[in-house]
Amino acid sequence: MNRTVERAAPARGGASAVAGRPQRSRVARAFLRNRLGVAGGAALLACLGSALFAPHLAPYDPYRLDLAHAFQAPSWRHLLGTDNFGRDVLSRLIYGSRISLLVGVVVVAFAGSVGTALGLLAGYLGGWLDLAVMRVVEICFAFPFLVLVIAIIAVLGPNIVNVVWVLGLVNWPFYARLVRSHVLALRRREYVEVARALGARDARIMLRHILPNSLTPVIVASTFGVPQAILALAALGFLGLGAQPPAPEWGAMVSTGREFIFQDPWLITWPGVCIAIVVLSFNFLGDGMRDALDPRAQRV
Amino acid sequence: MLRYLARRFLLMIPVLLGITFIVFALLAFAPGSFVSLMLSSGVVNPDAIARVRDELGVNQPWIIRYVHYLAALAHGNLGRSIVFDQPVAQQIAQAFPNTVILTVAATVFALSVAVAAGTVSAIKRNTLLDYAAMIVAVGGVSVPSFWLGLMLLLAFGLGLHWLPIGGGGAAGGRGGWEFLSHLILPAVTLGAELAALLTRLIRNTLLDVLSEDYIRTARAKGLAGFRVVSRHALKNALLPVVTTVGVQFGALLGGAVIVETIYSWPGMGLLTVNAIQQRDLPVVQGAVLVFAICFVLVVLLTDLAYVAIDPRVHYQ
Repeated sequence: MNRTVERAAPARGGASAVAGRPQRSRVARAFLRNRLGVAGGAALLACLGSALFAPHLAPYDPYRLDLAHAFQAPSWRHLLGTDNFGRDVLSRLIYGSRISLLVGVVVVAFAGSVGTALGLLAGYLGGWLDLAVMRVVEICFAFPFLVLVIAIIAVLGPNIVNVVWVLGLVNWPFYARLVRSHVLALRRREYVEVARALGARDARIMLRHILPNSLTPVIVASTFGVPQAILALAALGFLGLGAQPPAPEWGAMVSTGREFIFQDPWLITWPGVCIAIVVLSFNFLGDGMRDALDPRAQRV
Repeated sequence: MLRYLARRFLLMIPVLLGITFIVFALLAFAPGSFVSLMLSSGVVNPDAIARVRDELGVNQPWIIRYVHYLAALAHGNLGRSIVFDQPVAQQIAQAFPNTVILTVAATVFALSVAVAAGTVSAIKRNTLLDYAAMIVAVGGVSVPSFWLGLMLLLAFGLGLHWLPIGGGGAAGGRGGWEFLSHLILPAVTLGAELAALLTRLIRNTLLDVLSEDYIRTARAKGLAGFRVVSRHALKNALLPVVTTVGVQFGALLGGAVIVETIYSWPGMGLLTVNAIQQRDLPVVQGAVLVFAICFVLVVLLTDLAYVAIDPRVHYQ
């Protein structure tokens, strides 16, 4: 694979790398060299496929009760066995990928766009807006993340819609701080000064010159943000504060399985494996993207 | 130094006000009246309801209620539990030491594993040992803690019968092995993610430090490899670890909610989850406040520790 990629883009010089397209191919090449990143991306594509085509892939209806066949061990009929209501575990896991991926992406999209907008405004305009936004950010950071989420959901009532917007609400400060720090640095760059000298208005400078250049860290952070949201969703599901039964959410499935831990330890095993694989894949993908997009970034 | 300290404390004031306001708002702006919350939690005694209405002054504007709330806090009054009809502060005082024990034990576990594994990984770079440690470390960040907890419980509690599957804590006069045996699984579960994170951090910083001039000098002086690593390299590689532990302490507190639930460890997390299930919101409110203040203090302490440890850091 490496060889074809190199042939497709024969060592381009530094000068042309400044232009849009060659830079994109440099990033793509750097990413494809990272095997774990590619593996993570491939695993996520498979997961996305299973989420999109769940009705075609799942062998059974994830909600169909069959009490006569409860707690079945893995077999050819039920590849991962059945749960306490005789529902097919594999089918439930496949449908569960829809919930986890959707929640993860929506939460990050919400938190990422709100945080980016506020970080951009605060960093560029400064003044009282900056002061206000950064104080709110600081206060949000003062809470242990999961504790705050649990408390708000306890008050609002447990359901998946509340989980989505509360996770978004608690996560935006992270993106705001990230974008603000980049905007502060970019604001003093020469090309921004030039744009201003040429009479560009603030809105144009922000949207055309500063925003595109501060998006790379946001993209990388989002890749790590989605698995965090998925883990939080699962933890809330486990505590009974997230998706409610009979929804086949992975954390809620572990929570149900916990009641039958003596009888059927498999019930808690499979959903955990699914969560770990998805989170691990996102982490690999994120590592790969960070290294490819920003070679100077420190690896921690 | 004094000026730095003063500034740092002054900056905490708006943060603390913000925290108390959010915690206050949790209950004040909760959907449904407070009375309906009490009714839904099974309290039907009209006297109790009337007393709470009175105490809270629910008909006053929220700003006045917030000021009252702050005044009560200043007197150490965190409100009363609806379900147990006793001061929230009293319940928290019982649970708090257990959470401290658990989080400290988890941090100690994480640090010892990470220093050992991170150092070995860095010295034996690109060997099988290094790869194995890194795979475990990446996996450790990806495994949900509630699942890891249940798996450990299955293996060591239900399968091998080596360790108890729940309970424990400081109360009850248990000592020695009895106390420790209850602590091991929760501490390992809670510390696993931090251990994984720190292992990678220590490995990478150590690799950077090992290429510095003063390490080469130490080696040139003829110091043994172990001494170079332990006395010269590790000491400097531990600086970022201090900051990371401080920042990650918030995740540890959040994790404690889950780990304490799995192992019935009688700390703040279990208290919070039980209170949520009984809709005992004053307890939830008090617990969240204590969680947040703890975290703010720990971050402050790590900042100060950092300044104290590293003479290169200048406090402005």
